[in-house]
Amino acid sequence: MDEKRLSSADELEELRKEVLSKRDPAKPIVTVCTGTACQIYGSLDVYQEFIDEVRKQGLEASVAEAKATGCHGFCEQGPVVVIFPQEICYVRVKAEDVSEIVGTTLAKGEVIERLFYEDPVTGEKIARDPDIPFYKHQMRIVFGSNRHIDPRHIDDYIAFGGYAALSKALLQMTPKQVLEEVKKSNLRGRGGGGFPTGTKWETTRDAPGEPKYVIVNCDEGDPGAYMDRSLMEGNPHAVLEGLIIGAYATGSHEGFIYVRQEYPIAYQNTVQSIEQAHEYGLLGQNILGSGFDFQVKVHRGAGAFVSGESSALMSAIEGKAGEPKMKYVHTAVSGIKGSPSCLNNVETWANVPLIIGKGAGWFNSIGTKESKGTKIFSLVGKVNNTGLVEVPMGMTLRELIYDIGGGIPHGRKFKAVQTGGPSGGVIPEQHLDTPIDFDELTKLGSMMGSGGTVVMDEDTCMVDTARYFITFCCEESCGKCIPCREGLRMLREILTDICEGRGEEGDIEAIEDIAQVMQDASLCALGTTAANPALSTLKYFRDEYEAHIKEKRCPAKACKSLTSYYIDPEKCTACMICFRNCPTEAIHGSKNMVHWIEQEKCIKCNTCFEVCPPRFSAVRRISGEPLPPPPAPGTKPVRDKKG
Amino acid sequence: MTVSLQIDGKEVKAKEGTTVLEAAKEAGIDIPALCYHQKLAPYGACRICSVEVERKGKVQVVASCGFPVEEGLVVRTRSKRIDRIRKVLIELMALDTMVDGEVAGEIKKLAKEYGADIHRFESRFRTTPTRCILCGQCVRYCDEVVGEHAIGFVGRGIERRVVFFPEKARVCLTCQACFNLCPTGKIPSETDFVVFDGFSLDDYLSGAS
Amino acid sequence: MSEVQNKEAAKVSRTVTRTVGAYQGDQDMLIQILLDLQSKFGWLSREILGEVSGQLDVPVTRVYQIASYYKAFSLMPRGRHIVKICMGTACQVRGSPQLLSRISAMLDLKPCETSEDMRFTLDTVNCLGCCAMGPVLVVDDAYHSKPSTPDLKKIFKTAK
Repeated sequence: MDEKRLSSADELEELRKEVLSKRDPAKPIVTVCTGTACQIYGSLDVYQEFIDEVRKQGLEASVAEAKATGCHGFCEQGPVVVIFPQEICYVRVKAEDVSEIVGTTLAKGEVIERLFYEDPVTGEKIARDPDIPFYKHQMRIVFGSNRHIDPRHIDDYIAFGGYAALSKALLQMTPKQVLEEVKKSNLRGRGGGGFPTGTKWETTRDAPGEPKYVIVNCDEGDPGAYMDRSLMEGNPHAVLEGLIIGAYATGSHEGFIYVRQEYPIAYQNTVQSIEQAHEYGLLGQNILGSGFDFQVKVHRGAGAFVSGESSALMSAIEGKAGEPKMKYVHTAVSGIKGSPSCLNNVETWANVPLIIGKGAGWFNSIGTKESKGTKIFSLVGKVNNTGLVEVPMGMTLRELIYDIGGGIPHGRKFKAVQTGGPSGGVIPEQHLDTPIDFDELTKLGSMMGSGGTVVMDEDTCMVDTARYFITFCCEESCGKCIPCREGLRMLREILTDICEGRGEEGDIEAIEDIAQVMQDASLCALGTTAANPALSTLKYFRDEYEAHIKEKRCPAKACKSLTSYYIDPEKCTACMICFRNCPTEAIHGSKNMVHWIEQEKCIKCNTCFEVCPPRFSAVRRISGEPLPPPPAPGTKPVRDKKG
Repeated sequence: MTVSLQIDGKEVKAKEGTTVLEAAKEAGIDIPALCYHQKLAPYGACRICSVEVERKGKVQVVASCGFPVEEGLVVRTRSKRIDRIRKVLIELMALDTMVDGEVAGEIKKLAKEYGADIHRFESRFRTTPTRCILCGQCVRYCDEVVGEHAIGFVGRGIERRVVFFPEKARVCLTCQACFNLCPTGKIPSETDFVVFDGFSLDDYLSGAS
Repeated sequence: MSEVQNKEAAKVSRTVTRTVGAYQGDQDMLIQILLDLQSKFGWLSREILGEVSGQLDVPVTRVYQIASYYKAFSLMPRGRHIVKICMGTACQVRGSPQLLSRISAMLDLKPCETSEDMRFTLDTVNCLGCCAMGPVLVVDDAYHSKPSTPDLKKIFKTAK
């Protein structure tokens, strides 16, 4: 075990050179994305196939062994395979495709066009990873390493330059110098608060009392956000390196990594990375011969969104229920067991090695005046290119959603983009040219949040969106304080009533009244921000609320109680597709009889609307108008099946 | 060390480490509170003790039971904003505590003082009232002062409840310290040490609570 | 107690001892211990939690507060097959409530309910982080993306 220990900067550098020397940069190497989502698509089988096929086709001498990497971010197109050094990118790769890839691309250097990414707008097939618009407009300084690293092998991280920043910090800088560098970089917390990281570190450092703790918050709970999962799964060493540097700067010798239990792969990879770091003397006593000691423990969450709040998380680490406490004395001064505790988000920690390695000046050259560096977003919802993207602060929302995201699928119209999770708000079309920046997004009534960016189209009801977030917070509230617990209960009832046709005059005013009290009086940030989605949707889409309340109509035709499904007998060709897919057998008809929906059995699941072939478009959603009667029994279709 | 601060226009001196609520109390200014008890660590659940504090020109609403005094702090225990907070909080908590359409005790007093309409949200309260505002005085007193841990919190959010643990019933029989602390009167009126009447861990587990 | 009950109690006690031992009896690790026990037993009974309280020297009120606070723990026995639907925002926007309606209708269960024959427990979960695949259904750790009604029929039929 001890022979692996690195006791100096030189030994680390020697190891790096040694690992690299065993690799021939001319040999093609296949990287297979094995982030959780691609794994679900079967990428582990794809990876295994590559290993087997290369051997079967006798190419071990000329091809480097395939590598299973963390998430590349292009989740809509998984499983994603990238072949270096040319950076050929194949998407939606199945295990059955592998023998062809090995025989064609690896053996002969020829490409397989059918596996290229196809631009949904231009139809163009793109061969190389960096040329794909999804990647081209990104700036992947933090996330980009995922493509090159197998998170289960520390050597990969070291070969890529990993732990060089730690070495520099421990052996060439004093803790104060490290802290000053992070302060100078203007790095702001990436978990949602956007608080200046250097200031938080300084508060911890200057607070009286020992021991001091540093903590990684990987309790990423915003629904629709999975950046931290992909970082923790795909590059745990980057986070660990940042944490050790932070520990050195703040004077902490013990740290915690708190990972959601819903992220089993991230948890396993984190535990393994810690074991490997220990073996190399990068954790434990006398790290790299610097005399600095640091240990870290991993805690799993147990399924509570509110446990991601810093004081709640620290309670959970103490083995108590993860509920927030009054924080008039910051946790940086009094946290775990009353000791100074510095908690930062996964992405925040991952930026630290880059700042120490390349300098605060470099970091300051990216981004806007008040928001430096990049931010990783999970671009999800009604968008063509769903995935994780990293962009410099200052890029506009329009560029993010259209240039990178590829716009709205199925030709539907953009309505709003929701940022900041349950604490955030919606941003409508007229503000799409706003630069992404902590303060700019707050000015619009939303916030940056942890990075969840949910795109919504004309079929998304804004009142239902508010109801969704309020319901989420109501279920996740710890229940300790009255404004949050009872405020959310009542808001949930009011919003559900509005969505179900029981809205009343005065409801909007009641929502605003309760929201104000929640903002002012709640104990923690869950309570003070939970009403934001309601306030934000009211700000930009008040007309939708009024339609629901006054006309019992849902303009988006999404609210089930206000919408009915109807098959237009003039358009139905009796193709039987909706008939077969209806989960409650509410659709009647046959091959020669126009279909009709028995309203009492209809659960408004939207399946018939989705499966009816676009060239027929026979299913209509009706809201706020009377429903036409069903066709007379035995009505034959007007058009024949060929349309 | 002593600090000087201003509460409702009055100059007050207090020892460092005192909370605004306690400093006010010592100066003869009464700030209402439902979950505060002088023997218990500040909890911050009811938020009735919310006050406005101003420092360096910035105004914030804070729970005075937990906020430490500061040199030069300006505190307002009543204002349009604070009064609205207390009014709406009472309107929200009244629903769970009403018995035969009425509230009692401290909550009744506060409802009158702040003009709260306890029936305001009644039509949207669609669950069985628990008669508990989850102030936690009972749980915390049993934990921090008595040390028996016979009563505790279970559940989360609107499913959060206070339950007795029948294993400890014998201790409770002779102690009953929490009976006088309960602001809604639930504990003295609903506690029967044989059955606990929908209030014990067993009832919670069987879904009856 | 009957002989069967005695054996069961002994098994619980042994398993709890082993689990507590794996964390050196550290009270701070209470949540981690409960996670391991939930995984081993499928739910946390009165007996299990009583043992944890005794062996870790932590009041039973605190053990119950934690066991009833977190979604990962079940205080009731669960079905043989756990059916989870992701209700995260991205899945929501892509139709997870409709998916839930369909599955709820097919299994005749509401979320958090277990079927009488103990075959299925239906549950919702808040964001698994697989947003590109939304709406997402997980049945016993097997993930399914955008399952059609015929897909669902097949999945539930094969889960005995």
